[in-house]
Amino acid sequence: MADHSSSTTHSRFMQHHFVDADQQFEAAKMGMWIFLVTEILMFGGLFAAYIVFRLWYPDLFTQASTQLDTFWGGVNTVVLIGSSLTVAMAIKSAQLNQKKNIAINLGITLALAAVFMVIKYFEWTHKFELGIFPGQFYDFGGIEHEKANVFFSLYYLMTGLHGIHVLIGMGLMSWLLWRSFKNHFSSEYYTPIEITGLYWHLVDIIWIFLFPLFYLIE
Amino acid sequence: MDTAESSSTSKKIQVQRYKPDDNPEKHYLNEETGLWSWLTTVDHKKIGIMFLGSITFFFFIGGIMALLVRTELWTPAKTFIEANTYNQLFTLHGAIMIFLFLVPSVPAALGNFILPLQLGAKDVAFPRLNLMSFYLYLAGAGIAIFSILNGGIDTGWTFYTPYSSTTGGAVTTMVFGVFVIGFSSILTGVNFITTIHKMRAPGLTWDKLPLFCWGLYATSIIQILATPVLAITLALVGMERILGIGIFDPAMGGDPILFQHFFWFYSHPAVYIMIVPGFGVVSEIITTFSRKHIFGYWAIALSSLAIAFIGFLVWGHHMFVSGQASLASMVFSFLTFLVGIPTGIKMFNWTATLYKGSIDLKSPLLYIFGFFFLFLVGGLTGIVLGSIALDVHLHDTYYVVAHFHFVMVGGMVMAFLAGLHYWWPKITGRMYNETMAKIACGIIFVGFNVTFLPQFVMGSQGMPRRYFNYIEQFQPFHQVSTVGSFVLGLGFLMVFYYLVRSLFNGKPATANPWGSRALEWQINTRPPLHNFHHTPVIVNGPYDYHKPMEEFQLGLAESSHGDGHDSDLEVTSDGKEIKAE
Amino acid sequence: MDAIKDFLLPPAKSTLAEQTDSLFWFVHGSSLILTIGLIAVIIYFVYKYRRKSEDDVTPHITHNNALEVTWSVIPLVLVLIVFGWGYQIFMNQTVVPDDAYEVNVTAQKWIWQFQYENGAQSTGKLHVPADRPIKLIMSSKDVIHSFFVPDYRLKQDVVPGQYTEMWFNAPEPGESIIYCTEYCGDGHSDMLGEVIVHEEEEFENWLAENAGGGSKPDELAPEEWGEQLAQEWACTTCHSTDGSQMTGPTWQGTFGSEQSFEDGSTVTVDENYLRESILEPNAKVVEGFPAVMNTYQGQLNDEQINAIIEYIKTLK
Repeated sequence: MADHSSSTTHSRFMQHHFVDADQQFEAAKMGMWIFLVTEILMFGGLFAAYIVFRLWYPDLFTQASTQLDTFWGGVNTVVLIGSSLTVAMAIKSAQLNQKKNIAINLGITLALAAVFMVIKYFEWTHKFELGIFPGQFYDFGGIEHEKANVFFSLYYLMTGLHGIHVLIGMGLMSWLLWRSFKNHFSSEYYTPIEITGLYWHLVDIIWIFLFPLFYLIE
Repeated sequence: MDTAESSSTSKKIQVQRYKPDDNPEKHYLNEETGLWSWLTTVDHKKIGIMFLGSITFFFFIGGIMALLVRTELWTPAKTFIEANTYNQLFTLHGAIMIFLFLVPSVPAALGNFILPLQLGAKDVAFPRLNLMSFYLYLAGAGIAIFSILNGGIDTGWTFYTPYSSTTGGAVTTMVFGVFVIGFSSILTGVNFITTIHKMRAPGLTWDKLPLFCWGLYATSIIQILATPVLAITLALVGMERILGIGIFDPAMGGDPILFQHFFWFYSHPAVYIMIVPGFGVVSEIITTFSRKHIFGYWAIALSSLAIAFIGFLVWGHHMFVSGQASLASMVFSFLTFLVGIPTGIKMFNWTATLYKGSIDLKSPLLYIFGFFFLFLVGGLTGIVLGSIALDVHLHDTYYVVAHFHFVMVGGMVMAFLAGLHYWWPKITGRMYNETMAKIACGIIFVGFNVTFLPQFVMGSQGMPRRYFNYIEQFQPFHQVSTVGSFVLGLGFLMVFYYLVRSLFNGKPATANPWGSRALEWQINTRPPLHNFHHTPVIVNGPYDYHKPMEEFQLGLAESSHGDGHDSDLEVTSDGKEIKAE
Repeated sequence: MDAIKDFLLPPAKSTLAEQTDSLFWFVHGSSLILTIGLIAVIIYFVYKYRRKSEDDVTPHITHNNALEVTWSVIPLVLVLIVFGWGYQIFMNQTVVPDDAYEVNVTAQKWIWQFQYENGAQSTGKLHVPADRPIKLIMSSKDVIHSFFVPDYRLKQDVVPGQYTEMWFNAPEPGESIIYCTEYCGDGHSDMLGEVIVHEEEEFENWLAENAGGGSKPDELAPEEWGEQLAQEWACTTCHSTDGSQMTGPTWQGTFGSEQSFEDGSTVTVDENYLRESILEPNAKVVEGFPAVMNTYQGQLNDEQINAIIEYIKTLK
C-alpha cells in the first residue's frame, strides 16, 4: 500500500464513512470497474444484434460498409487513442503532484474528444444528405439490398450510443478541469481523475471495436 | 484459513466491550429532522426507509390491479370492464409488481438498511449514488405512471415484439420508465458489491460474512450483469417504435425471436434478483429463531452464487415453443435442471439447521415456514416446466402463472414480510402485535393457496394465460381463485394495519429482542446516525450460537483497516465494560 | 385414480399425449412425496426442538459432508431422469414422420386459417383425417400467435416472417379445442378454433366438397352466407351485431349511417365504403376506435365480400 494511505491522512475530500483515504480510493476505483462491466454488457446487447445480422446477411455488411468513410473513421480512432494517452498522463501528473500538467493534459483530452465529435457530426450529416437515415426513414438507392436500412440502424445506434458516452465523458472532463483550476487535486487526492480515466479508456476501447466492425469490412 | 487463536503472526488487540442502549435519546431518526433532511439524506437507513415506503405504495397499486383482474375473471365473458382495460390491467400489474416492487423490495429497502450494519460500516460505499438510485427509481416510477395516464400499455410486462412495436398506447414512454428504473437497480448493485468488498469491519472475513450479505452479493452481480441488457433491449423497442429500426419487427426486416433472447437474458436472471435476497433473509431468521449455527454455511453461500451464474445460462427455457432450434432447447433445459440443485441444497440445509435447535415460533419464523412450503411448490413446479415435453403442454397456461406466483409471492413476498417483521424492531424501535402478526400470516398463507392452487389445475387442463374470456368449464376454478385473492388482499391489509399501528403505540423494542448474534443487533435500537461509534472488531461469526452472548458485544479497538483483511486478530477482553457515547 | 387424472389433465387424444402424461405423473408424484416428506420433517423438528427455556444451549453443528453430498446427488439423478425423459418425448414431438399430411396454417388477429393441398380453405376449423400424421406449416400475418391443442399436449408459436412446424396424429375421430396462447391483443381470448378429426373417407369427401374454396353453397341466400362467413372469419370478434361497442364499430344500423373518422372527415356508409374497409381497413379509421384491423385482400374473394356486405345491410 502506498505511503499516503496512513490512517492519519484526512484530506478535506475524505468522506465520513470511510476509515481512511486509501479505503475511499480503493472503493471508488472498484465501483467504477463494476460500472464499466455494466457498460460492456449494455454495448454487448448491440454487439450481439450486430453479430446476428452480420451472420444472416454477410453481403449486406460488405456492401453497406463502402458508404462509410474509412479515412475519417481512422482519424477518429487516432484521436481517441491520443486522448486516452493524455488522460493517462493527467493521472501520472497527479501522482507526481505536477498540478499544472494535470490541467494541461485534461484540456488536451477535452479538445481531442471535441475533435472526435466534430468529425462524427460531419460523417452523420453527410449521410443524412444522401438520404441514409436509420430504419423506416432510410431513403438511399445506392445499395442494392433490401435490409440496408438495418445495417444503418445498427450503425447509428452503436455510434450514437458511443457518441453519447463521449459527450458524457466531455462533461466529466470539463468538471475535472474546473476542479483542477480550483487546485483540488494533488498526489494525495486524485480519485476523480483516476476513475474518469477508467471510464474514458472504456469509451476508447468500444470505439476500437466499432471502427473495424463497421468501417473495415472487406 | 488460520483461526484467530492459532495464528502465530496475530496481533493482540484489547477489546473493551460495551452494551448497546435499548432506547437511546439520540438516534438516526431524530439527529436530523425535517422533510428536507429526508429528501437530501445520504444515510443508508433513511434511504432504505424511503424505498420501503415507495415499494409499499406500489405493492398496493399493483395489488389493486390484481384484484380488478381477478374480479373481471369471475364470469367467462365480460364482467365489468372491457377487454382492452383488462389487458392494460394485467400488463401494469406485472410491470409494477416486478420493476417497482419485487426487484427493489429486499435489496433496496431491507438491504439498504441492514447491509452496512451487518458489515460494521458507517454507510454504503457511495452514499450519494445510493440517494441517486432512489431518485432514479422515483423518476422511472413517475414516467411509468405518466405513460399509464397517457394511453396506457397493453403489451404484457414482457413487451414481446412485434406486438409491442405495433400496438397503440404509451409503450415508448413506459419502456423509457423501465430503462430509468433499470439504472436505479444497476447503481444499487454497484454500490452493494463495492460495499461488501471494501467496507467490511476488521475481522469480518468472507467466512464470517452473514448469509444475507451473500444473498445480496449474488443479487448485485445479477443486477449489474443483466440489467444493462434489459436497458438496451427496451431502448431498441423504443427506437423500433420511433424510428422503425427493423431489429425486431419482421415487417421492417427484423427478427422477433431475437427480442425474446435479449429480453429473457435479463428477465430470467431477474427472477433470481427477485428470490436470492429472500434466501438470505431465510438464513438469518432460521438461525436466530432456532438459536443454532447455520448448517452448511459455505453450501448456502456458494449456492447463491451458483444460482446467479447458472441463472445466466438458462434464458432459453422460456422459448421452448418459440421455434428455437431443438438442440438449443435441450441445452437450456439441461442447464435449467442444474439450477434446481443449489436451490434444493438450500432447502435441505435450512431444514437441517432446525435439527436440535431451540426453536421459538415467532412471527418472522412463521412467515419463513410459509415461504418453505410455497417456495417448495414453486420450485418443484419449476422442475415440471423445465422439462421440455411438459413445457410444450404447459407453456403460457395458468400453470405457469401459478408457478411464478408461488415463487415470487409465495417465495419472495413471504421472505420479504419475514425480513420486515424480523428487522422491524431495529428499524422503527417498536414491537408490533405478535398475535395479529401470526393471524395475518395464516390468512396470507391460506388466501394464497386458495388463489393459486386452482390455477395449477386450470393450467394443466389447458387454460391459457392473459385470457379475457374463457370457456365455461373453468369458471368454478376462476371463482375460487378470485375469492382467494380477496382473502390474500385482506391479509396484506392486516399486516399494513398492525405495522403502522405499532409505530404509534407499539411497545418500545430492546436492542436485541430476538437474542440474535448478528452484528446489526449489537448496536442501539434505534441505530445511531452513523451506525457505530467505534469501528467494531469482528471476532465471532454471526451464527456462533454455541458461544455466550457476552462475546458478541461490540468492542472498541484501535485497528482501523476497513476491508476485512485483518483475520489474524487475537482479542483479549479486559473484562471491563465501557459505556457507549 | 382416473378421477384425479380427469381432474388435472384433459383427455389424451393424440398418439404422443400418453407419453407426456406419464412424465407429468412421474414428476408430480415424486414432487408430492418430497414436499410431504420435507414438510413433515420440519413440523417434527419444530415440535421436538421447541424452545424450552431462554437458556437453551444448542450443539455446534456446522456441516456434514456425507449428508450434503447425498442430498445433492439424489436430486441431481432425479432431475437428470426428468431431463432425459422430457427431451426424448420432445424429440418424438419434433421429428415429423415422412408420410405426414401437410396443412398450411395462417394466423392473424384473431383467426386461424387453414389451407389444404387441393386449394380448399377453412377458417377456425381444422379438418384432418384420423390415424394419420398431420404436419402443420404455420406462419403469422401480424404478431406472434401460438397454436395450442391441450388434448394433444402440443403447442407451437406462430411467428411472422418465418415458418414453424408441428405434427400430431389423432387416432380417433372427434373434436378438440385450439387456443391461441401467445398474447396478441384485445381478441386474444377469442382466437379459438377447433380440430375436427374425420374418418379418412369422410375427410376426403369434405376436402372434395371444398376444393377451390370460397363459392356460395347453393342452399344459402347471399346474406345467410354472409352471416356464416362473418362467423367463420371471426368478424364478430370485434364487430357486434347488436349495437354494443367492441374493438371495432358495431354493424347494427351502420349501413346508410353517417360515419366520422379520425382525420375529421365523414362519409355515408355504402357498399363502396364497406368494401374499402374490408380490403384497406386503415384507409379510413372510425373515430374512437384503434387501427388494428388487418386487410382481407387476397383472402376473401369478391363473392364473399359481397355476401358479407349483404349481411351487414340486413342489420338494421
